[in-house]
Amino acid sequence: MNIWRYGDDINTDMLFPGKYTYTCSTLNEIKPHLFEDLDPEFAAGVQTGDIIFAGKNFGCGSSREQPALGLRGAGIEAVIAISFARIFYRAAINQGLLLIECPDAVMAYQPEDNVTLQLEAGTISVGNQKFSFPTLPDEILAIRDAGGLLEYTREKLKLR
Amino acid sequence: MPRTFAEKILAHHAELEHVVPGQIVTVKPAHLMMHDNAAAIIGKINDDLARYGLIDSKLPIIVLDHVVPAVDEKTATNHQKIRAFVKKYKVRHFFDAGVGICHQVVMEQGLALPGTIVLGSDSHTCTYGALGVFATGIDRTEAAALLLTGETWLKVPQSIHITLKNKFQPGVTAKDLILTIIGDLRADGANYCSVEFHGDIHVLPIEDRFTIANMAIEMGAKNAAFPIDILAEKYLASIGVRKEQYSTFWADNGATYQQHLEYDLASLTPVVAKPHTVDNVAPVKAVAGTEIDQCVLGTCTNGRLSDIQLAAKIIAGKTVSPHVRLLVIPASRAVLNAAMQAGYIQTLSEAGAMILPPGCGPCLGAHMGILAPGERCLSTSNRNFRGRMGCKDAEIYLASPATVAASAITGKITDPRSVK
Ligand code: SF4
Repeated sequence: MNIWRYGDDINTDMLFPGKYTYTCSTLNEIKPHLFEDLDPEFAAGVQTGDIIFAGKNFGCGSSREQPALGLRGAGIEAVIAISFARIFYRAAINQGLLLIECPDAVMAYQPEDNVTLQLEAGTISVGNQKFSFPTLPDEILAIRDAGGLLEYTREKLKLR
Repeated sequence: MPRTFAEKILAHHAELEHVVPGQIVTVKPAHLMMHDNAAAIIGKINDDLARYGLIDSKLPIIVLDHVVPAVDEKTATNHQKIRAFVKKYKVRHFFDAGVGICHQVVMEQGLALPGTIVLGSDSHTCTYGALGVFATGIDRTEAAALLLTGETWLKVPQSIHITLKNKFQPGVTAKDLILTIIGDLRADGANYCSVEFHGDIHVLPIEDRFTIANMAIEMGAKNAAFPIDILAEKYLASIGVRKEQYSTFWADNGATYQQHLEYDLASLTPVVAKPHTVDNVAPVKAVAGTEIDQCVLGTCTNGRLSDIQLAAKIIAGKTVSPHVRLLVIPASRAVLNAAMQAGYIQTLSEAGAMILPPGCGPCLGAHMGILAPGERCLSTSNRNFRGRMGCKDAEIYLASPATVAASAITGKITDPRSVK
């Protein structure tokens, strides 16, 4: 498992350049361009179960959802950041990508630290420290539990 | 209890007496705005649409604007898919390539009605806050679900109260104001917030408010909001919207805000956002003389008649520097026609500008004005992220139409107040 570490204000063009917005929409098309201009090693090295640590305002910029879709599809277990930009936060919920706002964990992380998530308990272990993060509201958990917004919507529509 | 604009309008639409920031409410937006990305959105739910149908043919607004006319087979095919969807589901509000940029078209066509909620699969949907709409951007998956259900959840935001005082000095514009605010608050300074403008709003022409609301997302805001005053009423009347068609909401005195800010418009000067973030703001003075290769006048931020008029006035009788490509992209066909009628297009073209068809132009780096490595562009658009105009080794500076026009003449970043 890898830990990827990025700074503040990682915008949607860094996550996935806007020039591909209308030519890439499937996972296979998106993945090679993730972090393309910022970190060319990411797309080649990312593995299932990897975690991203980032600073504040991760995902700012466009409403394009390839970043959230691409990160989930590339196997990212969670993005742990000081804060997230709003549209990205929403897109991640809708895609079932786990975002955790936990500034203390981000600050504590040192290269080589072991990182594990205890989702139920709402805690993250970083090296030998443990941090808690707020759990999500029920309305939003229901979307995640269904596997994403479209799945959730389909379940609702079936009941109509 | 006194309430903010956001609290009032969301409580109304959620049919609740009272809502508080952080609360999740279910709402039915009046419209869902989509552009070229509608192809990807409907692609997600083809089977579901066949089974359940489109919830309401009046809900979607689709405007083809991002890559128009189509640049290659793939974009052409996307447009074709969208036209087929429009036909099959009798989508009421469809605007094909050439009508204009989505946000401009939604407002011009009277589809952004004060007091309504409008969601859009585009981050600059917040522009409609200039007309007292609760408007915010959502992702494609959410747009797809909305086409099926017509409803979604919103978190009630905290609000930021910004008081504007006095009026601009000559050469200073609404773009300089919003860039200054973003420079102060930074890219995440209004994250999740409703940014509500108070004070001497009456000095701001409606197009200035569009520019300001448009860029609220660049400091992370969920939405922006202006009150409906006489100027807004006049604008709405001018596009054929009757008073009975809308209702207005505005903040109560004494509502609770996350923070209060105040700006004296008379004390502002022309500014730019330097590469590669919108909050990297500096006075034009500090970068004056920086050589540029391309100027862009247009986009949903500054492609309206008053912007083109301002640029034409500065450029009239002069010529564009031979070292600069000046691209002029009217925000809509209506703007283009009015600018032709008024002679601005003639003035700009004679001075050496290239006039491009209404649409997003090079703003998102897909076509028509892509930069080369090492090139520098001065643009009236709203984002200068690395790679935004298609090349990661190019630089984008953001500025007002006045600064862009003055700089197009000299070939260097130039304070518009220095042009005689
Ligand atoms: S002009 Fe630029 S910012 Fe505005 S909608 Fe088009 S691509 Fe987006």
